[in-house]
Amino acid sequence: MNIKNIDYFWVIFLIAISALIIFAQPSLLINGLLLGFIYSLGAIGLTLVFGILRFGNFAQGDLMTLGGYISLTIVTVIFAGIGFTGSAIGPFTFGLPIIAAIPLTMLLTSIIVVVLDQLIYKRLRSRQASTMLISIASLGVAIMIRGLVQFLWGNEPAHFPRESKQFYMLPLDIRIPPDNIILGLVAVLMTLGVYLFLKYNKYGKFMRATANNPDLSLSTGINTSVVIIWTWVISGSLAAAGGTILAVSQAQILPMTGWKILLPIFASVILGGIGKPIGALVGAIIIGVSMEASTAWINPTYKPAVAFTIMIAMLLVKPNGLFGEKD
Amino acid sequence: MDLGGVLIYISGFIIMASIYGIFSIGLNIHWGFTGLFNIGIAGFFAIGAYSSALITIEPPDPKLFEDYIFGGNLPEVLGFFNLGIDMWFFVALIFAGLVCAIIAAPIALITLRLREDYLGMAALGIAEAIRLIFLNEAWLANGGRGMYGIPKFLGGMVSPRYYDVLYALIAVLILLVIYLLVQRIITSPWGRVLKSIREDEIAATSLGKNVFSFKVQSFILGAFIMGIGGAVFAHGFRFLDPFTFRPLLSTFIIWTMLMVGGSGNNRGAIAGAFIVWGVWSTTQFLPGFLSSPDLRYFMVGLLIVVMLLFKPSGIIPETINGGNQGQKKEA
Repeated sequence: MNIKNIDYFWVIFLIAISALIIFAQPSLLINGLLLGFIYSLGAIGLTLVFGILRFGNFAQGDLMTLGGYISLTIVTVIFAGIGFTGSAIGPFTFGLPIIAAIPLTMLLTSIIVVVLDQLIYKRLRSRQASTMLISIASLGVAIMIRGLVQFLWGNEPAHFPRESKQFYMLPLDIRIPPDNIILGLVAVLMTLGVYLFLKYNKYGKFMRATANNPDLSLSTGINTSVVIIWTWVISGSLAAAGGTILAVSQAQILPMTGWKILLPIFASVILGGIGKPIGALVGAIIIGVSMEASTAWINPTYKPAVAFTIMIAMLLVKPNGLFGEKD
Repeated sequence: MDLGGVLIYISGFIIMASIYGIFSIGLNIHWGFTGLFNIGIAGFFAIGAYSSALITIEPPDPKLFEDYIFGGNLPEVLGFFNLGIDMWFFVALIFAGLVCAIIAAPIALITLRLREDYLGMAALGIAEAIRLIFLNEAWLANGGRGMYGIPKFLGGMVSPRYYDVLYALIAVLILLVIYLLVQRIITSPWGRVLKSIREDEIAATSLGKNVFSFKVQSFILGAFIMGIGGAVFAHGFRFLDPFTFRPLLSTFIIWTMLMVGGSGNNRGAIAGAFIVWGVWSTTQFLPGFLSSPDLRYFMVGLLIVVMLLFKPSGIIPETINGGNQGQKKEA
């Protein structure tokens, strides 16, 4: 996590892009930041699994979808069933139930990913399967989750209960939905929580050690299986929260939501450097802002192509990522 | 249903299964023989199908308000060269393969020097970008309206009702030719280098093999075959739109086919294509919720995981000489 590793080229590139956006449409910068924070919730989990378990988890996007739908069911079925509905708070479109559902969803999704690891990935690891093979297994898991989500919740867009509220009007003709501020804040707080966990908690330190050198950390007595469970818990919780926040901020959720953001979150991870949580955060913000900003000039449906182009550019210029060490 | 109807249904099944067989062999070159993780098959599928459609279709008729601006009209252009057996079809197949190879080359050159996961992401990205281009750029290939009127190969030989029966035969023949050619390539010294790279890159390098170059060649060859598969699809179904190339039926299911059949074995790849497509096509007749397309979606993923966990070598495992147990001498 050495700041010196960042090339000055990228700093200048970022400033130039930001300046361009500010002149074009400032609200795009705000929306892009929110999108970046949401992506970072997916990307941090992805990069931790990459760093510690050494494989690209192609189920990460669909896990976010699953998290979104679990929250939806908790709010619209369980909470509504026990009479916990609550109207929208202040300037926001949503009420307490959604906020209360997020920790429950994080818990449930964590359990799901830990079970998936025990049932599938652990067996492949114990057979010394190559990381590519485990990646293919994760692709299979992604397809399974997608099919299950479609079977249980249908193919039509689903909605959280919401009330329409006025946008905030800021100077420079910036109009942003108040939701974005609180949702962005929740995402930032979670990222901060993970950062503090990795920095100060015993298991967080173990995780960083394992990511850095698995053999050495095993020989110093670190219990790798506990580290792996922690990795999945963090990855699953962040994905669940990210999926919920995405669904609330976009006012709808679809089974394909997660598969669509797989490319941006992978691009974020590669941009930041594989296995680097800070890198994933910075990468996600760059990807999110660039994708939103691009809509000022090009057809908005090309947004995923923007993430792809940035990823390819990074692979050409600095394949180890902004925060990655040289091999 | 009368006998003719049954024949037409079975022909439709054979056409699609043979096309999947071609893709499965293409993926086998990438994953089974070289260990390249390509999850952007849909991109090559689309490029192959659209390039073949665009060079053979008639130029847009101004009276029909078409959006696309270019149609190669190959059957007319080649004229006498068609020799009465529609030679343009083979030109179109090779053209589709070449276009895919040209698209594959830069992806391979950029990503194959890096971590092996990067190829997967880049392929996924290119597939998404290609889908978006065909969806948004209506001048290229009619956008969301889709391309229709793609010419039939040997369309004059049978009545339109039984055309699929003829085309099923053609698709099987093309699959067979591709199988024999790839089998020849894979059992050659070049193919053995690919397998050595898959097994141990460092050992292959130490034997003086340029691992990077072989991987690039393998990726391009696989993409070429996928392009031909796309072209066979285009002339078989004669209608294309960007929604045809959704990940489930143009990427995921092909992975399932290879995993079920046995990666590293071309016979397994073909068997997997027929088995999985058979399961996919027959489960729609199950009663009640069992025929739900969403459960079948789930099944495609489940099969990948189950095969990896319990039978990683597939139904027909890889053999030392590429599946030709009985064939002791060089073919």
